[in-house]
Amino acid sequence: MIHRTARRRWLWLPLAAVLFSSPAFAQPSSEAFLADVAALGDASFADKELIAVRLVESRHAHARDVLTALLDDRLYVRAADKHVFITRAADESAASLDLVDPLTLGDAGSSPRDGLTKIGTNNRLRKALRITVARFDLADPHAAVRLAAVSEMLRSLDESGAALLRARAGVETDSRVNAEIDVGLALATLDGTDARKRLDAIATLAGRPRQQIRNRLAALLEKNPDGTDVEADAAVRTAAAAAVSRIDRARTLYGGVETLFFGLSLGSVLVLAAIGLAITFGVMGVINMAHGELMMLGAYTTYVVQLLMPRHIGASILVAVPAAFVVTGLAGVLLERCIIRFLYGRPLETLLATFGVSLVLQQLVRSVFTANNRDVVTPAWMSGTLQLGDALAITYNRLYIVIFTMIVFAVLLAVLKRTTLGLEIRAVSQNRAMARAMGVRSEWVDAMTFGLGSGIAGVAGVALSQLTNVGPNLGQSYIIDSFMVVVFGGVGNLWGTLIGGMSMGIVNKLLEPYAGAVLGKILVLVALIVFIQGRPRGLFPQTGRAAEGQ
Amino acid sequence: MEGEAPGGASLIALLVVAAIAVPILNQLVPASSPLHVSTYLLTLLGKYLCFAILALAVDLIWGYGGILSLGHAAFFALGGYAMGMYLMRQIGARGVYGDPVLPDFMVFLNWHTLPWFWQGFNHFAFAALMMVLAPALLALVFGWFAFRSRVTGVYLSIMTQALSYAMMLAFFRNDMGFGGNNGFTDFKDILGFDLHQDSTRVALFVATCAALAAGYLACRAITRSRAGRVVRAIRDAESRTRFLGYRVESYKLWVFVFSAVLAGIAGALYVPQVGIINPSEFAPINSIEVVIWVAVGGRGTLVGAAAGAVLVNYAKTFFTGAFPEVWLYALGALFVLVTLFLPRGLMGLMDLVPRSSEAR
Repeated sequence: MIHRTARRRWLWLPLAAVLFSSPAFAQPSSEAFLADVAALGDASFADKELIAVRLVESRHAHARDVLTALLDDRLYVRAADKHVFITRAADESAASLDLVDPLTLGDAGSSPRDGLTKIGTNNRLRKALRITVARFDLADPHAAVRLAAVSEMLRSLDESGAALLRARAGVETDSRVNAEIDVGLALATLDGTDARKRLDAIATLAGRPRQQIRNRLAALLEKNPDGTDVEADAAVRTAAAAAVSRIDRARTLYGGVETLFFGLSLGSVLVLAAIGLAITFGVMGVINMAHGELMMLGAYTTYVVQLLMPRHIGASILVAVPAAFVVTGLAGVLLERCIIRFLYGRPLETLLATFGVSLVLQQLVRSVFTANNRDVVTPAWMSGTLQLGDALAITYNRLYIVIFTMIVFAVLLAVLKRTTLGLEIRAVSQNRAMARAMGVRSEWVDAMTFGLGSGIAGVAGVALSQLTNVGPNLGQSYIIDSFMVVVFGGVGNLWGTLIGGMSMGIVNKLLEPYAGAVLGKILVLVALIVFIQGRPRGLFPQTGRAAEGQ
Repeated sequence: MEGEAPGGASLIALLVVAAIAVPILNQLVPASSPLHVSTYLLTLLGKYLCFAILALAVDLIWGYGGILSLGHAAFFALGGYAMGMYLMRQIGARGVYGDPVLPDFMVFLNWHTLPWFWQGFNHFAFAALMMVLAPALLALVFGWFAFRSRVTGVYLSIMTQALSYAMMLAFFRNDMGFGGNNGFTDFKDILGFDLHQDSTRVALFVATCAALAAGYLACRAITRSRAGRVVRAIRDAESRTRFLGYRVESYKLWVFVFSAVLAGIAGALYVPQVGIINPSEFAPINSIEVVIWVAVGGRGTLVGAAAGAVLVNYAKTFFTGAFPEVWLYALGALFVLVTLFLPRGLMGLMDLVPRSSEAR
């Protein structure tokens, strides 16, 4: 067994030499390539590995595509004629798959799923394939592809991989790829015997605060069961200890930055959910318990928009934002005209009536869309992560939420401060009688204000559809938090809502590692209840119609 | 709205008749007779009466004190949990794991000793004290903070809702020692009587009737007392009452604590009858449903609150059985219609004499 494994590993070495050293380029034989691909269909795992080596050696232009497809479980055999096809990525539920011919990489029609058999892989084969693909990619003209390939190779670096990297280091021009190769070479040097070189390697590695590197260095500091050090050289041990503590410090710093960012993104969600409420509750003094359900309507609008334009998921979110604003804005105007205007100055009654509306809306959604959660697709441009340095990864959807919140906030602020409607809204909220005397149609302003607040709730719903499940209970889970944010930040103050929401998000995330998610949330609620004791006047300035109604 | 609307005497009379007639119809009239009251119906009625006690508690502070609590389910559930803890200890070694002291869920969580806050709950007297003290303490602490800093109106409502929500999240946690999301169930007996026996059910029903009658009389005594008039004055003009020299915070606090105790007793009576208590009892929607019972029945009339609780719950039982998808529409519409058109509820509808000073 050991012999077989060793033999197979050595098979890969000459092929690396073929790939990267020899400029000679033999015309690949399509027949041999096709025969090998076809043979993959019923080969054993061991044979598949040998075939993979042959495919690489064939230097056929599409060998990489075939091997990548095999790695991604996208290589299938058609039961009818035993032809092997690459399939385009599709989700699990799709009944048929689009086929791609491996020789031409052109479309080859489609086939129902049950007429195809997937070509399986096992862990060992996948590991070998990953390294093979990485070797292809090392020669890729795009630096990003080469960088990813080096990172992939670092996950399981062996003698042959190190040799490859060393060869690449001589010709590589991109500085980021070179830095990554240096890490690989340093890791390889650490296994060597030259003390001088090993100390240099540790110095290189100390500047890269990565978990994998920390583990490798920490392993040098461990002791054998008999009490002797794993690492015999004392100088290496000292250097490694210093490097580990330096990495730990850097990782703590990055961890803090990451927590801060998580807090900001959670805070952004809270602000988005609360900012519409800051208009209806803060400016108008209307307790709208159906606010959460308006957000839910916004999320369902996103779902419907995606149903209407399934071919343009990327653009659907951009269409959904105005659509949700219009839908929930109209719902808000309807709510104000039919119910809320009869209850001005009676906040407790408003609370009850709008709660009744929220129940009706929930049940309405259940009747139309069923009680199950609906799938809202995340567009490709919103998924993935932004890697900043070695220890900081930021997911794009969180980043976009923060940006989106800022945009919504800025637009809302501009509407209130720079437009005629905003002027009238502020006038009516400060002194209704005087505003009416100046010719402001206060009834119309009421409806528009409520519509604006509700529309913002719908826009928040679009954002939430990307973060949580879209179901009838979506609104309920946010309503209490939103009220807390508005009350905490100070009623009738948009900046207060922004700062209140962000600080609640950050405090929540800071508490989470120590107290757990649920206890953290409870602590925040309790802290808020206590905080309000200290600042009741400062937090509820009795201005606007809320004061008139008292 | 001075004094109590008529109907108090008829409520007491009705309860006395129910406490005598229903057990007879259940125990002595044969099952074949059309007059027979099944144990299912008896338990259902008992449940409604527990809700009526809870509605009284909410009406006392909302209808008379102007404090809209959206977290009264928390006090109800606390009383229920205290009763549940007693009932869990009564199971003894008859649980699935047969541990003589530890309830099943603790054995399941690999706990070896009873937590300190479970000590003493094997004695009914201690448990009964806790059914009153636990909600009272929570109300005292929360109310002291809230009223002292003059948190009023909708802010107070939202704070009570947040309190109830926080309690729900806390009780969902397994390591709190209250059975996590499963709560307590599978009770065996109470005070040595088998809970599955019809006679025990009857006794619980009679006890609930008595508790409702006592609760009603106590609330009526409070509202008719001098302190009750001050509370009503606070509802109508809080600042003016304060300027007249009354300690507004103290009056509010004591009526709030009494209301919480009443809610706790309702919860304690509710648990042995339905046979389960879990954290969903803390859910904010439960508290809000109580408010709608009171609003439908007639805010500021104790009889109306009790009647509203029974009527709305009967409607709920009917709708969720016959047309489950219609119930939320009906409940939502009820909220809207009652607040828009019946600000004084069904009692206001019955009261044909128009009154000039309508309470807000």
